[in-house]
Amino acid sequence: MADKVHFELVSPERRLFSADVEMVVVPGSEGDFAVLPDHAPFVALLRAGVVEVHDAGKTSARLFVRGGFAQVTPAGLTVLAEEAIDLAVATKDVLAARLADAEANLAAAADDAQRILAESQVTAFRQVLEAA
Amino acid sequence: MASLKDLKLRINSVKSTQKITKAMKMVAASKLRRAQEAAEAARPYAASMEQVLASLSAGITLTEDMPKLLTGTGKDDVHLLVVATAERGLCGGFNSSIVRLARQRIQALIAEGKTVKILCVGRKGRDALRRDYAKLIIETIEVTGGIRKQGFPIAGRIADRLFALYEAGEFDVATVFYAQFKSAIAQIPTAQQIIPAALPEGDAGGPDLKGAIFTFEPGEEELLEALLPRNVAVQIYRALLENAASEEGSRMSAMDNATRNAGDMINRLTLTYNRTRQAAITKELIEIISGAEAL
Repeated sequence: MADKVHFELVSPERRLFSADVEMVVVPGSEGDFAVLPDHAPFVALLRAGVVEVHDAGKTSARLFVRGGFAQVTPAGLTVLAEEAIDLAVATKDVLAARLADAEANLAAAADDAQRILAESQVTAFRQVLEAA
Repeated sequence: MASLKDLKLRINSVKSTQKITKAMKMVAASKLRRAQEAAEAARPYAASMEQVLASLSAGITLTEDMPKLLTGTGKDDVHLLVVATAERGLCGGFNSSIVRLARQRIQALIAEGKTVKILCVGRKGRDALRRDYAKLIIETIEVTGGIRKQGFPIAGRIADRLFALYEAGEFDVATVFYAQFKSAIAQIPTAQQIIPAALPEGDAGGPDLKGAIFTFEPGEEELLEALLPRNVAVQIYRALLENAASEEGSRMSAMDNATRNAGDMINRLTLTYNRTRQAAITKELIEIISGAEAL
């Protein structure tokens, strides 16, 4: 049986990641979940957070996503990110700028739904910045 | 008969026009390549989105309390046409073919007694539609600097605007008009309904799901609620990208034609110029000879 799972990460602009990997940890809206080969079919909403790709026994890539969807089919895992940043490429300045944007969104949020969304993004960006 | 000097001036002016059209053609060609890449890069996302929607809709039945974006308002009295065109002209029949399609639709809808509202994306479409349907245009959104510069956020903004209007009950059905990019010389004006969402059929391509039963987190309805607005924005984004590629393709072939026409014109003018010049020389010779003979 296949010991790898096919993982694709696409944002509206382009396809960011496409490879066969050992495991992917995805930030679901109701908690992180890991996708291993032969995962049951599954559709989930994502929160802002980091998608971790594990391959060859270590974390091979970390990608920040700002919400979106994940779909697991027998063919593999597809993450549809609203926006995705490869943390191996992004500098602290870029992240700081995005954090400022998110904070501005939070300040401008008109209703509760928007506020909750913006707040989760701000928190996620802060965590990523601290880790960077 | 134009004088030699006039002809010379005219040839020069046509030549400089030719230089401009040639430069525009080359700019369009390089922009086309990038626009095409962008349109192609956006396809995996739209395709995956359709798959997710397909897997969701496979295990779901329409009920009254479903999101309105999916079920519609139950009427189709007020139609909103989102007409996406270019910001700039000089691109052949690109703008006018989209506008023509929109115009046909407007006339058909009005003949059926429906109310029509227009939302223009891009200046050129507004300019063309304003002549006949100024009262129907409710808003114009300009895409300054092109879709590639604006990126996805502009599609999100247009979508948000649509939702606000939809929530306020301003329209029942929304259709987006754009030109689908086929090749540099062929663009197909297309009308696509985006609200209420036209759900893809369960077996509409994609990988074989092998009758898989999906688990949903949080729940099907919450997912649909998050996914449908997203889908509208993605469809708009895709339409805008296709439009950008079509625009450059159309401009490239239009400018190619213009350059060739200018070349033909220069040839014709040069011929006339040389004939006139030779006629003048012949005339002078005749004058000299007849002068000498008279002595």
